[in-house]
Order: sequence, then C-alpha cells, then structure tokens
Amino acid sequence: MPALERPVTKQRPVYLNLVRIRLPLPGIVSILHRLSGLALFLLGLPLLLVGVERSLASPEAFEGFRSALSNPFAKIVLIGLAWAYLHHFCAGIRFLLLDIHQGIELKPARQSSVVVLVVSLALAVLVGVRLW
Amino acid sequence: MVRRIVVGAHYGLKDWLVQRITAVVMVLYTLLWLAIAWYRGGVDYALWQALFANSAFRVATLLFWLALLWHAWVGMRDIWMDYLKPTALRLTFETLTALTLFAYAVWLIDLLWGRR
Repeated sequence: MPALERPVTKQRPVYLNLVRIRLPLPGIVSILHRLSGLALFLLGLPLLLVGVERSLASPEAFEGFRSALSNPFAKIVLIGLAWAYLHHFCAGIRFLLLDIHQGIELKPARQSSVVVLVVSLALAVLVGVRLW
Repeated sequence: MVRRIVVGAHYGLKDWLVQRITAVVMVLYTLLWLAIAWYRGGVDYALWQALFANSAFRVATLLFWLALLWHAWVGMRDIWMDYLKPTALRLTFETLTALTLFAYAVWLIDLLWGRR
C-alpha cells in the first residue's frame, strides 16, 4: 500500500524499554544528562534555594549553613551535585551545538561525547579538591 | 481521528524551544557570575550583599530562576512521561512537580523583594 493511503497506526506516546537498550557513547552522555537533571531537580534545586535564603538572611546564618555542609557525607553529596551540574551544562551545550548542526556526523559526535564526559569529570574533581 | 491524552506531550515544539532558550539564559547568568568573580578576584560576603542590593542584579537573578524552573518543568515532565505509564500516577507526579516549582518561584520572589 502506498504510504499516503496507509492509516496512521502509531501508538503515542512512545515508551522505551530500558532493559533492552544498548547505549553507544552519545547515548551514555544523553542518559547521564537526564539522570543529572533529575538529581539537580530533586536535591540541587532545594539546596540552592535554601543556600540563597541563608546567605541573604545574615552572615551568621550563612556560616551556619556552610558548617552544616562541611561534614564528609555532605561534601560527597555536594561533589556529586557539582558533577551533575557540570555534566548537565557541558552535555547541554553539546546538544545546542547539535541542534544548529555542528558535529552531527558519527565521528565528531562520538568525540564530543568523550569531551563532555572528560571535561565535566575533570572540573568536578577540581571542585572536589577545592571543597576538601 | 487523533487520540488526545490529557497528560500527553501537547506535541512538543514549544517545549523543545523553551528548553533551549531557558538553557541559554542560564548559561549567560552563569557567565555573569564567573565574570564578576574573575573581575573582583573572588566573591566575599560584602560583595554578595552588594550584588543582591542592586535591583538590576535581582531582576537578572529572577530571570535566571524563572528560566531554571521552567527548564526543570519541561525536563521533569519529559521524565515522568517516559517512565510513568499509568495515567493517574503520571498526572500525580506532573502535578506535584508543577506545584513544587511554582512554590519555589514564589519563595524566590519573596527572598529577592519581600524582605527589604
């Protein structure tokens, strides 16, 4: 049957079966973009708001907030969030470039995935060193 | 006939565009902070207070936060749409997300303008 006459039978919305997907490098960057976004929403956003609130309240309130975040467990969480932000930032810029057709061939797309992974990890390590 | 779904995607081009524009706004605000920190050789408490006392900076901060919250809305709704299959569950999570983000926005406006 010609395509024009075929009835539209696609089911929307499309659901993905996560268990059966094998991810290539750009796919890993993409799913990490999503996971880091989720973490930033659940943890980073409320924490940042509380930080803004405390910091504007008084210097003492801000110091209290800082010392509350100075135990090792909190620092690990903060480094994790720093990585989430950095990865989301770098991967997001990569997506914006892809949108304007920069680096959409297979090879540069793979290379930019590696760049995103390495740069965000390296910057997160840098933040971690400064935090500790 | 098109089957409309109340928690569906609304067929998405606007959200796709919003996601990108809000991202650019956030990048610009991040660069603004980096530029300030670089120009002043770091950010101490006095500079922090001075920045937030400046109404142009408060407006820029509000723009950043509105972009952030809208961006979070589009992204989180994408996640709920992809993984939460029962409609009632999806609608519940989307509603909770929207209410949370709205509450954050109100809180932020109160932080920026309500207390001085």
